[in-house]
Amino acid sequence: MAEPRRPTLLWLQSGGCGGCSMSMLCAEGPDFLTALEAAGIDLLWHPSLSEASGTQLISLLDDIAAGRTVLDILCLEGSVMTGPAGTGRFHMLGGTEKPMMHWLTELAARAAHVVAVGSCAAYGGITAAGGNEAGATGLAHDGEKPGGLLGETFRARSGLPVINIAGCPTHPNWIIETLMQLSLGSFTADDMDALGRPRSYADHLVHHGCPRNEFYEFKASAEQPSDLGCMMENLGCKGTQAHGDCNTRLWNGEGSCLRGGYACINCTAPRFEEPGHPFTATPKFAGIPIGIPTDMPKAWFVAIASLAKAATPHRLRHNAVADHIVVPPSTPKGPKK
Amino acid sequence: MTRRVLGPFNRVEGDLEVKIEVENGAVAQAWVNAPLYRGFEHILRGKNPRDALVYAPRICGICSVSQSVAAARALATAQGLTPVPNGLLATDLSLAVENISDHLSHFYLFFMPDFARPVYSGEAWHADIAARFRAMTGTAASPYLAAHADFKHMLGILAGKWPHTLAVQPGGSTRPVEAQEVIRLLMILSGFRRFLETVVYDAPLEAFAEMTSRTALDHWAQASRGDLARFWRLSQMLNLHHLGRAEDRFMSYGSYGSHAAPLFRSGTYHHGRRADLQAAAISEDASHAWLRQQEGPRHPFAGVTLPDLDRPDGYSWCKAPRLNGEVMEVGALARQVVDGQPLALDLVEHEGGNVRSRVLGRFIEIARLVPAMEGWVKALRPRQPFCETVNLPDEAEGAGLVEAARGALGHWLRISKGHILNYQIIAPTTWNFSPRDEGGRPGALEQALVGAPVRPGEDDPIAVQHIVRSFDPCMVCTVH
Repeated sequence: MAEPRRPTLLWLQSGGCGGCSMSMLCAEGPDFLTALEAAGIDLLWHPSLSEASGTQLISLLDDIAAGRTVLDILCLEGSVMTGPAGTGRFHMLGGTEKPMMHWLTELAARAAHVVAVGSCAAYGGITAAGGNEAGATGLAHDGEKPGGLLGETFRARSGLPVINIAGCPTHPNWIIETLMQLSLGSFTADDMDALGRPRSYADHLVHHGCPRNEFYEFKASAEQPSDLGCMMENLGCKGTQAHGDCNTRLWNGEGSCLRGGYACINCTAPRFEEPGHPFTATPKFAGIPIGIPTDMPKAWFVAIASLAKAATPHRLRHNAVADHIVVPPSTPKGPKK
Repeated sequence: MTRRVLGPFNRVEGDLEVKIEVENGAVAQAWVNAPLYRGFEHILRGKNPRDALVYAPRICGICSVSQSVAAARALATAQGLTPVPNGLLATDLSLAVENISDHLSHFYLFFMPDFARPVYSGEAWHADIAARFRAMTGTAASPYLAAHADFKHMLGILAGKWPHTLAVQPGGSTRPVEAQEVIRLLMILSGFRRFLETVVYDAPLEAFAEMTSRTALDHWAQASRGDLARFWRLSQMLNLHHLGRAEDRFMSYGSYGSHAAPLFRSGTYHHGRRADLQAAAISEDASHAWLRQQEGPRHPFAGVTLPDLDRPDGYSWCKAPRLNGEVMEVGALARQVVDGQPLALDLVEHEGGNVRSRVLGRFIEIARLVPAMEGWVKALRPRQPFCETVNLPDEAEGAGLVEAARGALGHWLRISKGHILNYQIIAPTTWNFSPRDEGGRPGALEQALVGAPVRPGEDDPIAVQHIVRSFDPCMVCTVH
């Protein structure tokens, strides 16, 4: 009996930094190449990993576009570059004299699954910041609006819309696990949230598992970079609103943005690149942060916050504005001698 | 004489196209095109200056920390701020982890797989090299990725994550390190040292760094079972030291440690002459870019970036940076030569910058850096400050010069009315893969490709592949 055909994967990059691929190469337990093999995926081409270059790649793209080679999963990393003036000439695929957006349209039409890797490919991302003179957009979203290159009604050959593994960058496991689910045929429309993100990580909040939670509970806030306190009140942290499992599934072994001492900038969300305020300063109205935790009624939040602030233990009040623990937790006193 | 367009190149970071003119079986002229333009210099205009720390690292996913450091230094200069000692050490450690990882990823994932290509299948050495280095399936790749992921745990601790950290600040680091974490960092480093000393060098790092001549290297390589020795022996058989020479004008901004006492000093080196760096003599010209041309080349503080696809002489999105009007080569080899490292000097004095010496430059650097990093970790002082924060002036300017893995990276920032008025970036590959300047002088790669052999029937000449990748180009940085 012939072996079943392995699902094929093609990975292209356009208006981005390549950082999602670089993050993916930090995968461990096992490394990315071993994981790919375990998933039974036949990697047709990846810009950082494949031997084939130049004419060999162009033949492959021609074969897929013409239907001679079956494409199961198309991954795009980086925004679709539509500028200037809709021509796509800000990114002509080297050696082809055609805009990358042209290739993407042809290849997406053939793919069983289309995966946007990173917030750029999903929504436009960093490349769409400022006046977006680059004309950067996502595969099927422009910011939070459905559309993008492929349009709101686009469905891949499998019937699924574009899967948006948003993040800047993406965690290696967000990608690997989604690819494995696709390979196993176990990924369905129910596994995506309203913005097309895999719910496996997007149903969590960055706040979950944050080691600064005790400071958060008592509104004991950091004031300067390297302070230990909660960064929501002053330093722009959006961990209580941001979708992601960054503090329960750590980065590079033991890290996360908050563990690194800096704010969550909500990089899995559309338009995170233009927050409307300096990233690391919390916008406030009458001294109260404007953005409150997801699903929390504002009046209750304000009431609880002011109560918590009044009840802040001495230890947290001092440690919050220090760069190392100045007041350790108290030890129960032993019996009097 | 035939002209052809080569691309897309992979195993370079980003997209790349090279046009060549072939005459008598060799490249006669070359034109390098960076085909992607994103416009970071526009994105940054009008922003709060501190937001550069969010945008700048996202210029590049592989040089991300280097971009952060350049942005933080530009801000620090504008603020007249010197990072606190712990902050400087933490930042140097993060930068070193990124640079070393980039050097090794280049070797194992980007550069060596070309020797496994079928074009070499008739060579006696091919079976061994292909088994070890073939893209994706060679025996080297998976264990390297695992060792590299372990090493990057240092960035999990020091920077929260890689790429795209916000830990690097003008006054130091957001991430205070505790006493037990100093031990963790040392443990991670010792694990990585073991990988280097067994798999890569098959020698103690100090012993490798002490070698001063090609003769000593030859001697070492005969006995070593490490991957670097495999490459050295291969380079002898393929004459890789005769391939890919440019002008041999090297430049380094200097790296690590304080400005007054860097680990690798700054300057230039050309045919035996070392000179101090004159950063004021840096200029960029847009005569062969798809950018609106200004009157003559400009210093980056006055630089302008305006896309214009109708430029008659334009063939790349990349500007042409020059130092005193000269084409400069940057990278690990340049850093080591400018610093006066004996083996790097011996290589360059005898054979110049070429495919082989560029690769060796990276390994000389790693062998020197890892022991230095062990010292920096031990010098961290838990419970002492890691960051100093001061207000930003409303009117200021500052330059942030740093050595990324691929060479000299500069950010030039002007602040007006509390916002970014102008932000200009010159990345390492902007230097190395520069197009022609207004005098028609080709950039370093364009020169290095001249004379590269083209075998009969070759669609993607293998010599061109080796030369291009010997620079470890980062195309997303190049144009940004």
